[in-house]
Amino acid sequence: MEALTQLQLAFDAVLGLALLWLAWQTLASPELFRAIVLFIAFGLLMALAWVRLEAPDVALAEAAIGAGLTGALLLTALSRLEPKNKSKIPHSKKPESEVDE
Amino acid sequence: MNNTGENTIPLSLRLLLMVLLTVMAVGLAYAVLSLPAQAPGLSVYAVENINISGVSNPVTAVLLNYRAYDTFLELGVLLLALLGVWSLGCAGCQHQSSPGPVLDSLSRLLVPILIMVSGYLLWAGAHAPGGAFQAGSVLGAAGVLLLLAGWRIHAGLAGLPLRIALVLGVAVFALVGAVLILPGGQLLAFPPAYAGGLILLFETVATLSIAISLTALFLGADPDEEDAS
Repeated sequence: MEALTQLQLAFDAVLGLALLWLAWQTLASPELFRAIVLFIAFGLLMALAWVRLEAPDVALAEAAIGAGLTGALLLTALSRLEPKNKSKIPHSKKPESEVDE
Repeated sequence: MNNTGENTIPLSLRLLLMVLLTVMAVGLAYAVLSLPAQAPGLSVYAVENINISGVSNPVTAVLLNYRAYDTFLELGVLLLALLGVWSLGCAGCQHQSSPGPVLDSLSRLLVPILIMVSGYLLWAGAHAPGGAFQAGSVLGAAGVLLLLAGWRIHAGLAGLPLRIALVLGVAVFALVGAVLILPGGQLLAFPPAYAGGLILLFETVATLSIAISLTALFLGADPDEEDAS
């Protein structure tokens, strides 16, 4: 039992740190496509954090809306911005998103 | 945000921002530290009245019975967001794409499953985690997948039927709320005998409206106009 508690603590610590790191990376990423992918990853981990906080309702909503649909909406928004921004934001390569073309 | 943005902000502004952010962080830390260790909040009342709420999941009871007004307004916010997107979106911007074989077969496999999961979440909301927003967003995800795979709404349904489906959630909330006021009750105060059925009705129409709104948000423009152009 003791070991299980330790394991859970370690898991929570890693989860919390990963969330902070992902949030920072999302904000600091100069490339918008990368930022959106990081945002989706952040949403999925956030859903996990809600599960750990014993709020499964919020976790479901976060996974479905926060990570899933918001990510899709951001990707379409990006694909519409793309032609205008191509000259401003350097892309190492064309992002291969499903909604891009 | 772009690469050069960081260098163009003057030093004084950056210092000011730093000070403001520090003040905010200290305030937040103070607020968190001064929270009482045990705070039952309103959860005691939520559980106490669960028997007359019509459902056995306290979260659903709060969202659709005690605070049904908030959910009503949330549906209104979603509708307003869609109106905003429609008024800005241009019909010609939509790229028509032909899906690859993976997306095509994946959407064929996933869409029925998503519809089933959405129905389960809607039904489970009465006694377990789930409910209208989760069910609606899963159903909306099915719609997004269909759009990605090249599906477009039938031209005959793009006009009035689509609009009715979009406002259905808000309309049913407003109508039932108004009917409940008439015999001297309060807005959206359900009589316990009908609470379960009313909540199921609300959740069903809200799920439909949310799903269709989210799919329409993804499309980004009024499909009726899109066809006309």
